[in-house]
Amino acid sequence: MIDYIIRLMPSMLSGLQTTLEIFAITLIVSIPLGILVAIGRQSKIKPLVAVLQVYIWVMRGTPLLLQIVFIFFGLPIIGITFDRYPAALIAFILNYAAYFGEIFRGGIESIDKGQYDAAKVLGFTPAKTFKRIILPQMIKIVLPSIANEVITLVKDTALVYVVGLGELLRAGKIASNRDASLTPLVMVGVLYLVLTALLTVVFQKLEEKYAYYQ
Amino acid sequence: MVLSVQGLYKSFKGKPVLEDVSFELGKGEILAIIGRSGAGKTTILRCVNNLVKCDRGTIQVDGMYLCKDDGEKSNYARQADMLKIRKKLGLVFQNFNLFPHMSVLENIVEAPINVFGTPKKDAEQKAMQLLEMLELEDKVSSYPFELSGGQKQRVAIARACALNPMVMCLDEPTSALDPELREGIAVTIEKLAQEGMGVLLITHDMSFAKRVAQRIIFMDEGQIVEERSKDEFFDNIENQRVKNFIGDYA
Ligand SMILES: Nc1ncnc2c1ncn2[C@@H]1O[C@H](COP(=O)(O)OP(=O)(O)O)[C@@H](O)[C@H]1O
Ligand SMILES: [Mg+2]
Repeated sequence: MIDYIIRLMPSMLSGLQTTLEIFAITLIVSIPLGILVAIGRQSKIKPLVAVLQVYIWVMRGTPLLLQIVFIFFGLPIIGITFDRYPAALIAFILNYAAYFGEIFRGGIESIDKGQYDAAKVLGFTPAKTFKRIILPQMIKIVLPSIANEVITLVKDTALVYVVGLGELLRAGKIASNRDASLTPLVMVGVLYLVLTALLTVVFQKLEEKYAYYQ
Repeated sequence: MVLSVQGLYKSFKGKPVLEDVSFELGKGEILAIIGRSGAGKTTILRCVNNLVKCDRGTIQVDGMYLCKDDGEKSNYARQADMLKIRKKLGLVFQNFNLFPHMSVLENIVEAPINVFGTPKKDAEQKAMQLLEMLELEDKVSSYPFELSGGQKQRVAIARACALNPMVMCLDEPTSALDPELREGIAVTIEKLAQEGMGVLLITHDMSFAKRVAQRIIFMDEGQIVEERSKDEFFDNIENQRVKNFIGDYA
């Protein structure tokens, strides 16, 4: 049994690596993008707000699986072709930026208008106000919701198996089919549990870091 | 004269809130604008501090035009001048609007350092002087949520003083205080005036205005009804609207 698990390790770890790559790249790109989406939603430029509303509606109103399939299998029909890896990443980033954007917007809107007034009378530009006053307070407010999304993202990475990328779930499924064994699938489950447990701890620490004020 | 307001008009959605408001404030003077809730007092402060743009009128701060009426509309100062004017103005909000994520010291030095480029050491030294004057030395590294209402107010005053303003505006300085703390804030306001600032305070609290102000303006429905030195104000109240408002204090 132990031998079998050790033999499975290389393929599992390579699957895990792909999973982590998609997870990390999606986070690193979609969080700043989400902040921009949130700022854009507050803009006075009506067409921009309308475009962002439609974008958010589509991204949150359709399954992520459909979005991945659409970009990888659908777009080539009209001549736009992506490799599997970029196709999956584009879908994930666009989808998560929409969710993060809505979370950030909620966070920004929950900050007292008096904070903007105080910054303004002290001479802050709008950009400085956002960076020094609004953003730090927003992060504290949104952390719990962001933690939820991030944990969902770890599990959502399994969806990329539809485009044939060798991530964790696919590695497990191949081994399970080949060896007619349940063990690889249990291993996959355990690895996801370890990942989500780690993330839970990381976010707990972050929330503690922001607990210094109320 | 550190502040001059002439012919100020402001309406919100067609509803006039200020109509032809004019007054002046001298160096080291304490002026109270009194009037019932909704009279337009806070709107005056928000216009003076450029948090709302007036429709008509001229506002001058220490000789610089924040806005100047050209006979048809009010034209506002350019961005570069605006920052100079901001430096001459301090505003203490009714609910203080301290930055909750910053310590007392950070609240005070944030603008001098990050907006006006004061060296950190100088800004902190100045902040410590202010905290000493306001008897808050022991709260330097506290956060706003750890302070009482009176302490928050003094931090807000220190923050507004950090840029050495010529005019200090306070919106309802007694509204968030326990009655026994009123004498303290009155003394603080007198200290600011002694330092040479013109103090413009807004209140619906007659007894407080009587305690601290040198001159009193009474306003109602967006207009100035009475303007007198404090003694005159309380000695010969002729206007019926003022009489009604003052009631017991007369
Ligand atoms: N931003 C605003 N939009 C619409 N109406 C406002 C706004 N600010 C103030 N008002 C109105 O202007 C009037 C005067 O308000 P305010 O200056 O706050 O009075 P005071 O401070 O004397 O109680 C009130 O009727 C209030 O509803
Ligand atoms: Mg008011």
